Amino acid sequence: MDITQLTLTQTIKALESKEFSLEELNKAYLERIKKYNPQLNAYLFVNSGNKKIPAAIKDVISTKGIPTTASSKVLEGYIPPYDATVIDKLTGQGVGVIGKTNNDEFAMGSSNENSAYGVVKNPWNLNKVPGGSSGGSAVAVASDLCVFALGSDAGGSIRQPASLCGIVGFKPTYGTVSRYGLIAMASSLDQIGPMTKSVEDAALVLEWISGADGMDSNCIGGNRGIGEMGEIKGIRVGIPKEYFSEGLDPKVKKVIKDAIKKLGELGAEIVEVSLPHSKYAVEVYYIIMSSEVSSNLARFEGIRYGLDRSKFGEEVKRRIMLGTYTLSSGYYDEYYAKAAKVRTLIKGDFEKAFDPSTGSGVDVIVGPVSPTTAWNLGEKVDDPLKMYLSDIYTISANLAGIPGLSVPCGFAAAPDGARLPVGLQILGKHWDEKTILRVGYAYEQATDWRKEKPKL
Amino acid sequence: MNINVKHVAKLANLPLTSEEEEKYSEQLSKILEYVDQLDSVDTSNVEPTFNVSGSFNKTSTVSSVEPFRTDETSASLSQEEALSNVPKKENGLPAGQAGFFVTKGIFNEERG
Repeated sequence: MDITQLTLTQTIKALESKEFSLEELNKAYLERIKKYNPQLNAYLFVNSGNKKIPAAIKDVISTKGIPTTASSKVLEGYIPPYDATVIDKLTGQGVGVIGKTNNDEFAMGSSNENSAYGVVKNPWNLNKVPGGSSGGSAVAVASDLCVFALGSDAGGSIRQPASLCGIVGFKPTYGTVSRYGLIAMASSLDQIGPMTKSVEDAALVLEWISGADGMDSNCIGGNRGIGEMGEIKGIRVGIPKEYFSEGLDPKVKKVIKDAIKKLGELGAEIVEVSLPHSKYAVEVYYIIMSSEVSSNLARFEGIRYGLDRSKFGEEVKRRIMLGTYTLSSGYYDEYYAKAAKVRTLIKGDFEKAFDPSTGSGVDVIVGPVSPTTAWNLGEKVDDPLKMYLSDIYTISANLAGIPGLSVPCGFAAAPDGARLPVGLQILGKHWDEKTILRVGYAYEQATDWRKEKPKL
Repeated sequence: MNINVKHVAKLANLPLTSEEEEKYSEQLSKILEYVDQLDSVDTSNVEPTFNVSGSFNKTSTVSSVEPFRTDETSASLSQEEALSNVPKKENGLPAGQAGFFVTKGIFNEERG
């Protein structure tokens, strides 16, 4: 048995029954990292002294005594003097940091190509991007270089790389997980969440890391309990017609349609819903996110820690510039205030779809995570707008604050014929992680997609 | 659309090269043109959404939650920890060893 292929839940059971020791577990993972990380570049730092259950942590999450760079030259050499709350919580569960994973600089990007420390490669095809911004975490999980990982998601940064790498990624409801110690990107959108080998693992990790800590005043979600995973007979699944129109790769569409059919076979009731304002999500997101970025990144001035602002990468500067402009005198109403109003409409679309008295009354909304499978390295780097549009299906959940899961649902052929993973997105009501996980689990148990591993 | 990139870069405290100024001017204009599609959305009777946690919203279902903590002192970073990442001075000891941050003077900054 290769112990690095086990899920978190299986690993815990095996440790309890003494099938192997924590030492053996860490040794097995470290050997794999040593063998495969040079070609994948998933890890920026490997903690070979780890003695606990090995988790990979996105490098925007502060780890005491362990370098944390946010994949930026600005934070080269920075060693946080404290742990993020999520790290404290994981430590309490016997989990340790086996390494810090590569990401787009300050979590800004959709392909992981914005890292100051080199691109990350998709383990299913080394010419393809892994997605972003939590690309290193997704690749570490997909390639069995950790038991599970943490990522962060402001516009799809957990779900999209999870989809492109064929793993499970979960962005909880805004306010579920404390961001204390997360290097802030866009504060009204950011959430930390699990990236795992199974839905069951995602539920477990979410239980571990959620709950208020008094350090993030938007974190008001206590541990709400994940509940029993069971059948999904009678669950109303909404299919947003806007997510299946122009722009969705027909091959991805086919895979998603088959997954929806499967949910129907499992007893779910499939209902068409409409999210009419979702077509404005990218515009709203890029105004709100960039505005918040320009404010959050003002803290990096190279006086207390880190280097000076000339060390920011291209995309980071672009977003700081855009956000500074949209917040500047004379333009605030035209851009930021306007976007905040359209955000209300986007949020309202979801409320209507979920509300039995005014709309369709669905329990979850299901569709694609990404309009395409993983694209070629370098393909979109010169066209920021094209890159932004790759987040079109994931952004709305952040704007509305609702939870979303990506679960592997098959493979589709890329234009060059490469066979690449596709993720199914399951969105739910505020604070209703439970129903999303139930649907995701039922689908996962009824299919074998997760069992296929990339050949390295 | 024309953006005064120099002015925005100054507001953002971002040192840009002239190539970057040119590139961002072009790219930001394109992005702003794209987001101008929002003009077509009627928002005349719509309230803006700035926060989606409900922590500042009295009608929230999570009504027992108080966003402000009580004003009590608690343990924090020590001086040594807080200064553990200060940049090293060009010729000499790390600035943090003296117990201070070192910063450039700001009083004679050019007005613009």
